[in-house]
Amino acid sequence: MADVAVHHETDHGHHSSTGLSNNKLAMWLFLGSECLLFGGLISTYMLYRGRVSNGPHPSAIYDIPFTSVSSFVLLMSSLTMVLAVTSAQRGDDKKTSLWLIVTALLGATFIGGQVYEFTTFYREGLGFTTSLFGSSFYALTGFHGVHVSVGVIFLLSTMGIIKKNRITGTKAEVVELIGLYWHFVDIVWIVIFTLVYLIPA
Amino acid sequence: MAIIERPSTEVAAPVVATPSNSLGGFKRPMMESGWKSWLFTVDHKKIGIMYGVSAMFFFIVGGVEALLIRLQLAAPNGKVLNADVYNQMFTMHATTMIFLFAMPMAAAFANYFLPLQIGARDVAFPRLNALSLWLLIVGGVVLNASWFLGGAADGGWFMYAPNSGPIFSPSNGVDFWTLGLQIAGIASLIGSINLIVTVLNMRAPGMSLMKMPVFTWMILVVQFLLVFSLPVITVALVLLMFQRSYGATFFDASAGGDPLLWQHLFWIFGHPEVYVLILPSFGIISEVLPTFARKPLFGYPFVVFSGASIGLVGFGVWAHHMFATGLGPVSVAVFSIATMAIAIPTGVKIFNWLLTMWGGKIWYTTAMKFAIGLVLLFTVGGLSGVTHSIAPSDTQQTDTYYIVAHFHYVLFGGMVFGLFSGFYYWWPKVFGKMLNEKMGSWNFWLMFFGMNLTFGPMHILGLQGQPRRMYIWTEARAGEGFFNLGFWNMVASVGSLILAIGVLVFLINAFYTWKKGPKAELDPWDARTLEWLATSPPKAHNFDRIPVVHHLDEFFHRKYEEDTATHTMRKVADGADLVRAEEAAADGHIHLPSPSYWPLVLSIGVGVLGLGVIYGVPVMVVGAAVILLASYGWVLEPSVAADSELDPPSGDGHTKEIAPLG
Repeated sequence: MADVAVHHETDHGHHSSTGLSNNKLAMWLFLGSECLLFGGLISTYMLYRGRVSNGPHPSAIYDIPFTSVSSFVLLMSSLTMVLAVTSAQRGDDKKTSLWLIVTALLGATFIGGQVYEFTTFYREGLGFTTSLFGSSFYALTGFHGVHVSVGVIFLLSTMGIIKKNRITGTKAEVVELIGLYWHFVDIVWIVIFTLVYLIPA
Repeated sequence: MAIIERPSTEVAAPVVATPSNSLGGFKRPMMESGWKSWLFTVDHKKIGIMYGVSAMFFFIVGGVEALLIRLQLAAPNGKVLNADVYNQMFTMHATTMIFLFAMPMAAAFANYFLPLQIGARDVAFPRLNALSLWLLIVGGVVLNASWFLGGAADGGWFMYAPNSGPIFSPSNGVDFWTLGLQIAGIASLIGSINLIVTVLNMRAPGMSLMKMPVFTWMILVVQFLLVFSLPVITVALVLLMFQRSYGATFFDASAGGDPLLWQHLFWIFGHPEVYVLILPSFGIISEVLPTFARKPLFGYPFVVFSGASIGLVGFGVWAHHMFATGLGPVSVAVFSIATMAIAIPTGVKIFNWLLTMWGGKIWYTTAMKFAIGLVLLFTVGGLSGVTHSIAPSDTQQTDTYYIVAHFHYVLFGGMVFGLFSGFYYWWPKVFGKMLNEKMGSWNFWLMFFGMNLTFGPMHILGLQGQPRRMYIWTEARAGEGFFNLGFWNMVASVGSLILAIGVLVFLINAFYTWKKGPKAELDPWDARTLEWLATSPPKAHNFDRIPVVHHLDEFFHRKYEEDTATHTMRKVADGADLVRAEEAAADGHIHLPSPSYWPLVLSIGVGVLGLGVIYGVPVMVVGAAVILLASYGWVLEPSVAADSELDPPSGDGHTKEIAPLG
């Protein structure tokens, strides 16, 4: 019976009209919607980045080398995420868990960097309400940080579930879906890093 | 246990569900009747009905608000409402009508009929569907709770700065408003993703996109509009929330902020939103007109593609709401032309509907009357809309009653008439009983005259310069003769009462039908689309066997065949017989998802989290904890007997199982 069940589940995707499973299609649509969310926040930042009031100017507080390192950490987490997905597709529980936890650790390191960055900026005089630049900077990067944090929770929760059960076809897909989300969050960071940090205001 | 339908001839053996996921140990609720079966349901039909009931409730709330506004303006120096309450009244009237009536009512129709029209057994994500419903209700409660907690939002439905700021809106009304709309927005976003996946992935075999009913098409376009416009208003609402609750100054001009940023973000959402409101009704009447004209829809691909292009161009016209802000000549020219251009696909639709009726044997049922009413009234509203696209003229009209007249013609004369057409057309399908046609006729004519008396004079009022949102007018400045504001304001107020009586007749009709209405035949209208192949009301699993589709208007083509000699359609089968034949040939082992507690719990958590923004961090923590608990409950609750042998071994692709994220 169990064999039949597994067979049925892996079969599921092939019945859809698009060839994509429902879950994957939904995730793509959600990410499409997220593009507009970040688009709105990025536009707001671009509009306000020069409006510093009495607070510090962006160029005065950005620490490009530091943020480059933390960006690199986040980008590497995409690589480990890919490894987790391929392990899950092979049905290799151990490797999947390993790569999921490495990805989560890299994500957490990035968040740690962001916390450090925020506190440094705050000490240097850029609070959330200091200037329009400050508000829009924290709103944008904060939103991104929340996305990464939620991703870390996803990764760890998935690892917990996989630890207790063997991977089935659907669970491999869950890992893949979280991978899609994770890559999206990384790509958004590339855009943010370029527009916010690298291009001078 | 899941709701398992087996053929009656077989003896149902007790089925033991073996959860494929042993973690968690949360049992799923299994009630099949009683109030709990509604509270925890994941059935798209029950969810659709609950959407409809909540939307109707908010329609009455918003309607009462409108009547109070008209009562206040009926005579000079109105004493019914003071300025402050009046501001709250028109803000909440618009917000309620748009977000808590129009969108949910369209969602009600979409939820109920979209799976039926494409020959599916449910939506792609039944639990997410329930989540959408409950989030919407929580959003509505948060929005309206403000009435009892210090006053409602009072900045107008588009909540421009500085009206949205603490100086002009010192109460928490705007805070409740931003939170309520964010929650309702999440609800719509989840719902739209769900419906898109359903349409794209779960159509019956043979149903290509160009064989889909127009209603399904229009709903699909609307869901794409929602997916890409809701995040933009979410950004606007979040920024406003940060401004009001956490000291940011995004839209505060005195602190260097840009009030126009809000206007852009709002209307990038707000303009697609007006098509979100109207397209479902266009879809409904595109089903109703061919049915009662007894002709196929004229130019089906044109109707479909003009709907899609309205959706596409709808993203490029938002700044025509901002002509009065001084955008600069280039922007104004571009948005003017784009706005004129959008009249083309809309006009295409109008002509398609007219030509659908042309030469048809028209059957004047109430549903048909409302559909024709839509074509007529929407055209009036559409034409006054084109006058807004001409920027110099629009600058004169901005913020006058002319605008109010225009959008009530398209929204009331268009959208609401379409929805009422849908009520009369599909009532027998949903409840198995016929709404009374005589009362329906009263309902239509009262609403038709009431609507024209209410909103028609507003054209005159507006062109005479009566500003929108003004809480009193005085006799001294009312003018004389034909253009006397007093006369036309009184006409509009009397009209609104007639309109209200018309709506009341509908409610009485619904109640009367529930108590005493005659049982509906299986195919009372000689209808055309697949939902009529199911019983009335449809069974929990919709179709006894999944239909295989060969034609646009599949149900019609099962009843009629072309006589090759005369090139006319000849009836070869009775609709009711076809439905009974489906019942006789039922599939065994249809398997539906079990109900779940978690959509409701999760929604309540989201509501509490939102209130935390107003009432402090402890409340927020409680909300977050409930959300976390509900999310884990959701993910870990045992899947139903998805893997048991009860599933048809071959699988038809439409027997759903609950996906881990669904």
